[in-house]
Amino acid sequence: MIVFAAMAVSNKNIMRSIIYLLFVLIGMAAIYFMIEFYFLGAVQLTVYAGGIIVLYVNSIMLVEKINNPLPSAALWRRMLAGFLSSLGIVLTLFAIWSYDFAVVPANQAKEIEIHDIGIALLAYGNHGYILPFEVISILLLAAMVGAIVIAKTNKHNEIANK
Amino acid sequence: MISGISIYEILTVSTIIFFIGIYGFVTRKNLIAMLMSIELILNSAALNFVIFNKYLFPNELGGAIFSIFIIAVAAAETALALAIIINLYRLMMSLKTDDLETMKY
Repeated sequence: MIVFAAMAVSNKNIMRSIIYLLFVLIGMAAIYFMIEFYFLGAVQLTVYAGGIIVLYVNSIMLVEKINNPLPSAALWRRMLAGFLSSLGIVLTLFAIWSYDFAVVPANQAKEIEIHDIGIALLAYGNHGYILPFEVISILLLAAMVGAIVIAKTNKHNEIANK
Repeated sequence: MISGISIYEILTVSTIIFFIGIYGFVTRKNLIAMLMSIELILNSAALNFVIFNKYLFPNELGGAIFSIFIIAVAAAETALALAIIINLYRLMMSLKTDDLETMKY
């Protein structure tokens, strides 16, 4: 997964890096399945690996010439970015490995079913998540309307320009 | 939880993917490629939520639900950003960040 992620950000061909990104997303879904969050793994596969990747591929085919190699940043810039991000990796890993997590052993945990997630999403009691659920629905609606507006106004401008 | 794999190893994986995403975001010069790096960053954050939920608080649901929200936000953000990018390409005929300096066309 790490190798695929590294290739996704460093490959010159944008179509290939999309496919590597797809492999990373499928690996994430595999981790979700391994820790027995089946609903989350399924959502990851359908929304990311199914929807978002297809969206990317479509827009690339609309916009880009696929055979053109991507322009890459200057060498010192890449060196600086690589140095800074490896510094960040080292610092974060040091913080993680020196912290003592209170891991709950597996036999004490109860299985989380899909209907638990559904009930928690719509509950308005103590452990309910109805408010973020509504907020996210408004956000999705706003994003949809916004995308339509962006697509429309420019078309009017083009007609006006003609 | 996965038997034989501790929380530290999975957190290591998600940390490395996060910083690979940051590296890609800084070095890429194409708008779509930068968006892909953002996807990597969001994914590793969602993975962290789920892992903490599973290993530390296995009887609660917060992490799983929040990563569902992260996925929804990422989907909305990607759709909007791609709409903007395609329109920008129609106007400027380019997606390189060096060419896109003006804010208002």
